[in-house]
Amino acid sequence: MKPFSGLNNFFRKLPVNLSVLVLAVLWIVPTLGIFITSFRSREAVRSSGWWTVLTPQSTEGQETYNQYCGECHGPDGDLIAEANLADPELVAKYPRSNRLLAMLRAEINGDPHLPDPPLPANPNEALDLLAPILTYMGTLAGSDSSGTVGLTLRNYADALVGYKGTQDYLTDCEQGVESALAKFDCNSSDLLNPEGMGQAFLNTLYVSIPSALLPILFAAFAAYAFAWMEFRGRMWIFALLVGLQVVPLQMALVPIAQIYSQIGLQSTFLGIWLFHTGFGLPYAIYLMRNFLGGLPREVFESIYIDGANHWTAFWKLALPLSVPAIASLGIFQFLWIWNDFLVAKIFLTTNPVLTVQITNLIDPRGGNWHILTGAAFLSFIVPMLVFFGLQRFFVRGLTAGSVKG
Amino acid sequence: MSTAKIMQQGKVVPWLYILPALLVIVIFIVYPVVNTTVLSFRDRTGERPASIACIPGETCWGVFENYRYTLTNPEMVTALRNNALWLLVMVPLTVAAGLLVAVLADKVGYESLVKAVIFMPMAISFIGAGVIWRFMYAIEAGQANQIGLLNGILVKLGAQPVAWLSTAGINNFALMVVGTWLWAGFCMTILSAALKGLPTEVLEAARVDGATEWHLFWRVMVPMILPTITVVTTTMVIIILKIFDIVFVMTGGNFGTEVIANRMFKLIVTDKGRSTAIAVFLLILTIPLMIYNVHRFRQEEAMR
Repeated sequence: MKPFSGLNNFFRKLPVNLSVLVLAVLWIVPTLGIFITSFRSREAVRSSGWWTVLTPQSTEGQETYNQYCGECHGPDGDLIAEANLADPELVAKYPRSNRLLAMLRAEINGDPHLPDPPLPANPNEALDLLAPILTYMGTLAGSDSSGTVGLTLRNYADALVGYKGTQDYLTDCEQGVESALAKFDCNSSDLLNPEGMGQAFLNTLYVSIPSALLPILFAAFAAYAFAWMEFRGRMWIFALLVGLQVVPLQMALVPIAQIYSQIGLQSTFLGIWLFHTGFGLPYAIYLMRNFLGGLPREVFESIYIDGANHWTAFWKLALPLSVPAIASLGIFQFLWIWNDFLVAKIFLTTNPVLTVQITNLIDPRGGNWHILTGAAFLSFIVPMLVFFGLQRFFVRGLTAGSVKG
Repeated sequence: MSTAKIMQQGKVVPWLYILPALLVIVIFIVYPVVNTTVLSFRDRTGERPASIACIPGETCWGVFENYRYTLTNPEMVTALRNNALWLLVMVPLTVAAGLLVAVLADKVGYESLVKAVIFMPMAISFIGAGVIWRFMYAIEAGQANQIGLLNGILVKLGAQPVAWLSTAGINNFALMVVGTWLWAGFCMTILSAALKGLPTEVLEAARVDGATEWHLFWRVMVPMILPTITVVTTTMVIIILKIFDIVFVMTGGNFGTEVIANRMFKLIVTDKGRSTAIAVFLLILTIPLMIYNVHRFRQEEAMR
């Protein structure tokens, strides 16, 4: 065995590995940004970029601090309670290092403040030493007041109830702020506040589940007929369905909205279920018919010979065998509708779904990134679970044919 | 489809199976297509002919007045230009990026992880993706303390922050970056499946003959998966013709980023005539692809 073959192999593959890793990092960073931001306080989000959370806390001056102060005040500055160097109020008394110098020159209990090592006698040299110490005290005070990196779950509470005030929902409730009390009850019923992501989450579930199941039900029957029955125009109608898959759903918005307002389906769940069923069907039939048509012919022949009619063959044979196709299709359709914005925006105005509610929360001046990022992540929970748990089915549902309108 | 009879049945039975689905499709797709076409020749209320909106002495296309708007109104012209730009830039970009990742990921040991990362944006909503990227592009007044990553990097490098979403000439490309981030995973998944389906003997034979990986890619792989590349390309064209959510949530179509579907959405309530005319125009643009898809389907069926 050649001694360097492993190493050679490593260097030969290095460019590929590097490019793949760079691409993966580029792809994940934007999402990481809002994920981290969704846990930061309003002030933190406004004052610094989310990436500062990833960089270690500034350690400038730590060495000098440890040399002169660490022994008595401790590494975190809080060992002496009456002189807590991590206390922001105390640190605020020393905006410049000459103030600190004056204090350190004074004696404590009759002894020099700094016995070992003593400060240099030359004031300029002493000041050069004190500046980094002061910086480090600022770091200690800053990190102490807001926890290590200042992460919070309050943004999620704000997003769930749809809080739009100037502090945060939980603080407002604790302090009994009037404007908050006018809108909220400050108990769990706020989770169903119509302006919040909590209610939107339920609305989205209520839209997506029937809208994913209904097309599959209709499509299964039709697909069975297209795959295993003989009738005039079979090929012709099916080709038409292939064509209909790409009709832009914009073509249906105005007429269906008109019909709905005439028959009272405007802004009802039934209305949006039916709309999604209509536009989901061509693709669903196409996918299921291709799957059913690909099943072995002998299986169907034998059950027909045994005297089964189509009805029995459909329920006893076709449906159980097409579970993989139904799973792919159902999951794909479910996520597609979960993420839909346009149809829900037009046909479900009084019960906003997650995507619509997010757009309601957007502050054009960018003043509420902490809530908006939390809201966005709430809407990602289900897609992420489905994606990482059932990725195989989702990918198959998405890529099995062409793409729907 | 096989033509041999599988089982005797009456003439009625098949229709009982397909009629419920056909009925829903007729109500929700076929009838609206007809009705939308009719409405596109009417005025804003949908009750009088479109020509009623004509102003004497000015250019008028009669009942085609809404189509004059669709093709010549300045905002629509911007939208048409932008959709063309999206097509020209983003279709090649997503397909190329998808192909690149599919080929590269195939060569590393953690392929499925990389593919999951690239594909992940497809699982979340376009609205959510819009929020993610609005934050990436965020700009703060003043030089310091940029909270958007891109401007944070620029400032760190000593440059001025850029208003990515409101600067004409940049913003359309900023939006296309988002589109590529979203759709490259879709292209990658389909193309990767096609690459995996290539017979290994052919690839091995080419390697034995001394072909470099570069030649192997261009002379063997690409020609062999060309049908799949075509499918992905046509699918992307359809998707981009209808591009809407990203633009709606990130710029609202302002600052010269208007697109056709956003224009249609804006007019739905205020002007049915113009809104439906734009929809019909979108449909007309997709018809060649529709015909192509049906044609390809019939070819596949003939081979079965």
